Order: sequence, then structure tokens, then C-alpha cells
Amino acid sequence: MCFIMADCGDDDSQYRIKEGDCIVMKRGDIFKAAQIQPKKKVVFEKQWFFLDNAVGHLYGTVFETVSGGTLQPQKPKDTESSCDAKEAGTDNRNIVDDGKSQKLTRDHIEMFKKQGLKGQQIIQELIENSSTFRDKTEYAQDKYIKKKKKKYENTVTILKPSCRILAMMYHGREPGKICHLRYETLAQMLTLANVHAGSKVLVFETCAGLVLGAVMERMGGYGSVIQMYPGGGPVRAGVESFGFPAHFHDTLHEFPICHVNALLSGTLHTTGRDSSADEKQSSMVEEEKSQPDATQQGSPEEQSMETSAGDDTGQDQEKTQEEKRKEAKAQEKKVKLEEKRKKLAAAAALLEGRNADGLVIASRFHPWPVLMGLLKFLSPSRPFVVYSQYKEPLIECYTKLKEQGGTVNLRLTDTWLRHYQVLPNRTHPLLLMSGGGGYLLSGTSVVMDRSKPTCSQQAEEPAPKRLKLTDTEG
Amino acid sequence: MEKLFQYVYNLPQDQFNSARLHPPCAVCVAGTGSGSLSHAILRTIAPTGHLHTVEFHQQRAEKVAEEFKEHRVGHLVTVRNQDVCKDGFGVTGVADAVFLDIPSPWEAVGHAKAAMKKHGGRLCSFSPCIEQVQRTCEALTHQGFEAISTMEVLLRVHDVRTVSLPLPDFGPDASAQTEPDAREETPPTSTPNHPSITLKTTTPPREMPGHTGYLTFATKPRT
Repeated sequence: MCFIMADCGDDDSQYRIKEGDCIVMKRGDIFKAAQIQPKKKVVFEKQWFFLDNAVGHLYGTVFETVSGGTLQPQKPKDTESSCDAKEAGTDNRNIVDDGKSQKLTRDHIEMFKKQGLKGQQIIQELIENSSTFRDKTEYAQDKYIKKKKKKYENTVTILKPSCRILAMMYHGREPGKICHLRYETLAQMLTLANVHAGSKVLVFETCAGLVLGAVMERMGGYGSVIQMYPGGGPVRAGVESFGFPAHFHDTLHEFPICHVNALLSGTLHTTGRDSSADEKQSSMVEEEKSQPDATQQGSPEEQSMETSAGDDTGQDQEKTQEEKRKEAKAQEKKVKLEEKRKKLAAAAALLEGRNADGLVIASRFHPWPVLMGLLKFLSPSRPFVVYSQYKEPLIECYTKLKEQGGTVNLRLTDTWLRHYQVLPNRTHPLLLMSGGGGYLLSGTSVVMDRSKPTCSQQAEEPAPKRLKLTDTEG
Repeated sequence: MEKLFQYVYNLPQDQFNSARLHPPCAVCVAGTGSGSLSHAILRTIAPTGHLHTVEFHQQRAEKVAEEFKEHRVGHLVTVRNQDVCKDGFGVTGVADAVFLDIPSPWEAVGHAKAAMKKHGGRLCSFSPCIEQVQRTCEALTHQGFEAISTMEVLLRVHDVRTVSLPLPDFGPDASAQTEPDAREETPPTSTPNHPSITLKTTTPPREMPGHTGYLTFATKPRT
């Protein structure tokens, strides 16, 4: 029993919505991420409202949007369908679908909405004004009510973000941003790459940070995650939506792939001297010394700026203001540069050992060069997984990996996913299903045996048969 | 933890399941069976989570408890030898997630609810037969679970193959009067010199698993 008592106290607060929290709004199958900010209007499913009233309530609470854009927790009794229409038909032989069975018009419904009628009440009105409702079978009535609920109920559920919820959100709203990665494929990636607390995982993704966030969530703040990123800076808006506690970010590092070759060849300088990545910024700050905290005035750089400012008038006060502004700016830049340098050095230090425990790739880039470049950072006997929206690039990876050796257990897979409606006497798969969720190539790194010629190509793939038949047998 | 890697449970449903977990989740599983799912779960909830697993077969329960000890994860898991449908999980109000892989999951729904935190949690039930699924969904609705959703997940493996497709010979091209030598020696049977196109593709296996079981997920709201 003490288990429960221990949970009661502080656990409650972790389940309550707080200002500043990253949350996800849900209605049916539609999700949208937002942040609780005072007096900030959010739009969700064509409705505007403020999230202020949600603060203090528990996650998972269902709210109703009332006029004025405020949220009100939905009372449990409102959810009970009061449409216990006892009267129902047996089949539809006499029901004529002429589109005229509903007596209420669009205008009537708009009026109801303006009057502030709740969704449930509008549905009741629709039922009463439908000439065919009573003749429908019980099941048809159920279906009708469900359909109307979807249309007229204006409820919002506030959820705590999680990998599952965010993955469904992205896949539903902006699949292009996540390379059409379906939720269960992401789930597989986490398992195939053996992502777990305490490991060191390399991630290269262009999925808005969703994959990165999923990896971080699974690691629970233990271990380290290094995001290898293309271009100027890491993109990880999705990570913010997870609402991780601050200390999780201590485990997150980033490293630009444009420095990978330098790092591998040992020519990457992460000391103060090399500012190759930030040449534009470093032109202002010509600091040769690696002292990061030169805060005193009258430093050589400041003097040089003074002369170059070209302001030769004797107005001391103006000069001081101008000086101070420029100095502050230069200082800021110096501090930022130094921070960046430190971060780069930290990430490089983690990578240098080439002992990562897992590698996860999910991007719009062609996977082969990415894989080839990043596999080098993986310890032997460790898993890697590559996601691609398309199969062919992964076929290429598979083939080339077989040729070059260094990996085993290569598997190219995808998953088939179908949802069901489960209701008494009405159980069947849903009429629409996902067409695909992308492909995965997974494998394990091994110590490269350079003495042996790579004969592994024949190991799993049978030699192409002679030309009289097409290849039929695996 | 490295030893656990051998227990990579390749069925997509188990990957799907364990993907929702992370430290410091507390999880209940019934029935333990071979322990594959349990091992997979342990990998994801270590080092701060805990697994409560129930197995009604005494020998299996003992064996799996031994294995957990051997793999040095004994401190993360509690094995109970009892019937979950009658006696529940042996804990109340602690679980973030419950997995049911038993013949009559609908009989355990009430116990699952009791084992879960009052703040809520996720439940997952795995059943091969649709009738089991129907009964389970009914029980879940009855017990106040929400967001009940049933699905099937199948893993498809693609075998990478090099394939050579011969090109047909329609005879000498009437319009191409020049260069007769190239066409002269074309025997009716294929030779290595006969043109063909080689490509890398994948083929599906002849047979693949078509069904393992239905997965039903549900959310326990705050009680």
C-alpha cells in the first residue's frame, strides 16, 4: 500500500497542465501540438480559443469550447448519449435516400450554434427533425449519431505529448515533413537500433526532430544522443513538442556532417584557433588567444574598432555609447562563438572514439552516402537502422554493404498495418488503410576483416539463374 | 543489458508495444510465457522502471525468474506465479502500461485496471482470434477504457536479388541495313552474349506470416 501513498503526493503535479507546458490537442483522430501561453489564441479544427483555462486540470481532460473562446471541462453526464432511441427499424428496404429527410437547414444549425447550443443538443435536434431516423436500424442510428458527433461536438482533449501521439500527429498533418514515416515503423526503428537508457546513439534525420525526440524519450535522459546534421544548423522543432525536462537536453549533442571527414582524418580543430565554420562572424572578433572571458575594456580589438569607426570628433560621450554598444555586441558574439566551439568539441569528443552503440538514419537524403559515412562511428557488434520512404535506395545500401563487408544480419523490411472496427455484429477491418509506412534496412556492425576477400555476396543471395527463366525462387 | 540483445523480439507487435515505454515506466505483463516480451520491455524501461509479470504455469514462472537473474536484471522485475484472471497482478495503482497475452484477456481487464495508476495508463492486449478481441473490447468499454483501437501489424521481409531478364529477339531490324555482323551469330538459345538486362530488386518470400494476432490498445482514464 505504501507504493500508492508514495505516488499520491508529487505525482499529481506531473499530471497537471501547467503554463508553459508543451501539449497536444486532440479531437477524434486529429492532433495538434501547442504550448500553453497566457492569453494566446490557438486555432484547432477551425476554432479559435484560449488555453488558459486548461491550466491546473489533469492531462487527458476533455474540454468544450464555449463562445468567447474559453475552455470548459466537459461534464461526464454530457458525454452520455441521451439519444436512447428505443424505436428502430429492422432494415432499410423502405428508406428512401432522397436527401430530404432532414428538416433542419444549414441556417437553423448556424442559429443553434449562435444560441450557444452544445454539440449534444444540436445532435438531438437533428435526430428529432429527421424523418427517417426512427426507421433506421439500431446500428444505422449508431453510425448516424457517431457521424454527427464528429461534425458538431466541439470538444478538445488536452494530452501530454509522447512519441506515439506526436508521430500520429505528424503523420496525419504533415507527413512530408517526416518523410512519410508511419508510427509503427518508428517504433520498430527504436527497437531495431536497441535504443535504451545509457547508450550512445547517433541520429541523422530530416523528420523535423521527431525521430530524435523519440530516441531521447526512450533514453529517459540517460546516455547521450548525437544529432548529425546537414547544412547550417540542426533542425529539431519536433523535439520541443515533446516537452522534455531541461536535463534531457544535456544528453543531446549535435555535430555538422560537413566536419565528419575532418574528424575522421584527425584534422578537425576544435580549439579556439580554428573558426572555419564561422568565418563570417569571426571577422569581427579577431581573438587569437583562447581566453573566452576577456571582459575588460581597452582590449586590442576594441581599440582597433575605435580607430576603424572613423569617428574623430571629440564628443567623448557619443563615443562611449557607440563603444559600449559595439563592445557589447562583439562580446555577445564572442560568447556565442565560444559556446558553439565548446559544443562542437564536446560532440567531437563523443564521436572520436568511434564507439557509438546505435545508429539511426531517417532522412530525405540518399541513405547510402549517409550510412557509409556514419557507420564508421559505430562500435562493432552494434545495431544500425536506416529508414527510407522508398525501397530502391535501401536495395543499393544492402548491395554495397554486402560488397564492402563490415555488417551482418542485413534485413530489408516494411510493415503492413490495418485497423479494425470492433462492435457487436459489426466487426470488420476499416474500409481504408494506410498504403505504406516506408522501408527499413537494419543490420549489425562487425569487425571488418580486411584479409578475406569479400565473398559474402554469395552467402545469402543465390547466384542469378541462367537466362532461360526469370528468377523465381529465393 | 548486452545479453538481452539476443532476445530481440522480432515480431512487430512487440516492437510496437515496447516502443511506447521508457524509463521510469512501471509495466505489468501477463502471461510471461518464454519471457521474450518481458526481456524486450526490460531493455526499454531500465534502469528506473519496473516490470511485474504473472505466469500461471509454475515451471515456466520459475524458469523465467532464473533467466532474469542470470541476465542480471532480477532487480528490475517481479515474477508472480498466479492466475491473473483470478488474482490479478499482485500490485495496485502502479502500472503505466499493461500487456495481456493470455487466452481470456477480457477476464483480466478489471485486474489490469486495478493494477494501473489512478492517473491513467495504456493497455495492450494480443489475441489471435477475433472473438477474443470482441469480448475484450466489450470488457474494456464496460470498464470505462477509452480510445479503444484494434489493429493488425505484419512484418514483410524483402529479399534482395540480382535478376537477369533476357531481351527478346525479334529478328534483324529491317530498317538497320548496316552492321550485319553484330546480328549474325544469334543462336536461338541464350548465350552469355545475348543481350539481357540485369537489375537489383527485391522479391517477397513465397510465403509470409499472414496473421499472428490482433492488437487492441486502450487508455485508462483517470479514476
